Amino acid sequence: MDQLDYFSVSRRGVLASGAAGLAAGSISPQVAFAASTPAGERAITMQTVSMRINGKAQTLDLDTRTTLLDALREHVKLTGTKKGCDHGQCGACTVIVNGERINSCLSLAVMHEGDEVTTIEGLGTPENLHPMQAAFVKHDGYQCGYCTPGQICSAVSVLKEIADGVPSHVSAELTGPMEASNIEMRERMSGNICRCGAYSNIAEAMAEVAGDRA
Amino acid sequence: MKPFSYERVSSPAEAAAAAARARGAKFIAGGTNLLDLMKLEIETPHHLVDVTGTGLDTITETDEGGLRIGALVSNTALASDERVKRDYAVLSRAIVAGASGQLRNKATTGGNLLQRTRCPYFYDTNQACNKRKPGSGCAAKEGVSRQLGIVGVSDACIATYPGDMAVALRVLDAVVETVKADGTTRAIPLGEFHRLWGDTPHIETVLEPDEMITAVTLPKPLGGTHIYHKVRDRRSYAFALVSVAAVLDAEGKGRVAIGGIAPRPWRVESADAALPDVKAAARALTQEASPTDQNAFKIALVERTLAGVMAKARGEAA
Ligand SMILES: Cc1cc2nc3c(=O)[nH]c(=O)nc-3n(C[C@H](O)[C@H](O)[C@H](O)COP(=O)(O)OP(=O)(O)OC[C@H]3O[C@@H](n4cnc5c(N)ncnc54)[C@H](O)[C@@H]3O)c2cc1C
Ligand code: SF4
Ligand code: FES
Ligand code: FES
Repeated sequence: MDQLDYFSVSRRGVLASGAAGLAAGSISPQVAFAASTPAGERAITMQTVSMRINGKAQTLDLDTRTTLLDALREHVKLTGTKKGCDHGQCGACTVIVNGERINSCLSLAVMHEGDEVTTIEGLGTPENLHPMQAAFVKHDGYQCGYCTPGQICSAVSVLKEIADGVPSHVSAELTGPMEASNIEMRERMSGNICRCGAYSNIAEAMAEVAGDRA
Repeated sequence: MKPFSYERVSSPAEAAAAAARARGAKFIAGGTNLLDLMKLEIETPHHLVDVTGTGLDTITETDEGGLRIGALVSNTALASDERVKRDYAVLSRAIVAGASGQLRNKATTGGNLLQRTRCPYFYDTNQACNKRKPGSGCAAKEGVSRQLGIVGVSDACIATYPGDMAVALRVLDAVVETVKADGTTRAIPLGEFHRLWGDTPHIETVLEPDEMITAVTLPKPLGGTHIYHKVRDRRSYAFALVSVAAVLDAEGKGRVAIGGIAPRPWRVESADAALPDVKAAARALTQEASPTDQNAFKIALVERTLAGVMAKARGEAA
């Protein structure tokens, strides 16, 4: 029944909710909940997580509820990644984790122990743009720019997914090489909404990068 | 979001034991459905058991010539697997018809099966909903029900199971493998996995709280033409109004399952037997329909979608 065995987490930061302050040192979250919170309220659990963000090791002590998106923006202060809907519906929060694009709003930061996270800031710098960033500039792949960091992270990943043989809803054949055609890119980018409607220019930017690669 | 404690486990047995031990525990895999619902406080687990480290992320061949898909295999990995693309194309097709590239990278086989309904009143916590709050009523019946179910629904709830992947798994006769905290395992045919709502719409599957999905198995390949056709209000990144998963031979005989119309992927033996007669099959699939005024169109849409799929299977222009 000893919960401690099952938590490989630092319990140093188990906080009581509200103004109740810090709970006693090494008790488990469940005990903290029972012992130190007013009836009906739950204790906040803090947890340490380490990941590499844009090549740099980061160790964060977070409320378990923190999404990867909020960890990046509020804790690491990488505000390039944007929050649109916070529910997986818009793609503004897209980042690349271990080589795959994901919605950082629908992922808990504590679930990224040991992961390699790349955000728009890590793809390139103003002096040394990633080819996809440069292509977005060249083709006016944005207007207000709010969706753009997510679009670019997604666009980079889409070309990789095509190269890796990941099929899409519009792929005529499932087997064999996938094409970087306009219709393929539109379908594969459907998880990134642009309120300004920069879609056709985004597709052109992607086509240029895909063409250079081919 | 309500606070919760969190732990990682490294085996399915540990996961089930952890879920049984902690009060109000839930498994979390990709998190793309659970976290969404936790933000809205529709799901309020006290404890999360992270199952992503359980090593169930491979697809292996079974002795029977089929495949065993680990519960943590991502939707992208499953749809991209060469064996799946070749022998179970309907499954690849169904997966890529759902959600977005980002979501499919995170979504897992087990989590996808357990995704909850998309009824708008289930999501709106100001509305009556028997599924969210048993006994509170059902706002959908008098509300906007275009997206909701027409068969297998009940007085208490007219929502659908919204997923795509499971519709293909149903047509393929997949089996869900699980483990419980006491170490017992079981194999549940997909057709028996999702419950009809009856008067307990908050209980959606036959799984017990501490029961973890470990794998989904596919019998040996069926051959035939594999088709997944999804009809929706937007061409991409939208849930199905009606979808058809089909494995058909050149004469149009075979099997079909329908998504978007019921609490589970809808497959009816007499419909399969009626093929290639589309009208008779559609009638068998929808004969017990109890639609609302707003979603009665789905009865005709089932038949038309089926007709399009049939034309395609027989090589006619749809
Ligand atoms: C904007 C949006 C659009 C979408 N569109 C579609 C669509 O068109 N079609 C479609 O099919 N889906 C769609 N989805 C849903 C998506 O497919 C699911 O969110 C996803 O498949 C869930 O998988 P997950 O691994 O993230 O599950 P999680 O969110 O981690 O878990 C979901 C549930 O399963 C339980 N669970 C997870 N793994 C296990 C296990 N191994 N054993 C026991 N229980 C487990 C969890 O406790 C939880 O209750 C969409 C989602 C979003 C956000
Ligand atoms: S249809 Fe079901 S999920 Fe929707 S409001 Fe009614 S009870 Fe809730
Ligand atoms: S903010 Fe994550 S998808 Fe909209
Ligand atoms: S550039 Fe404004 S939302 Fe896309």
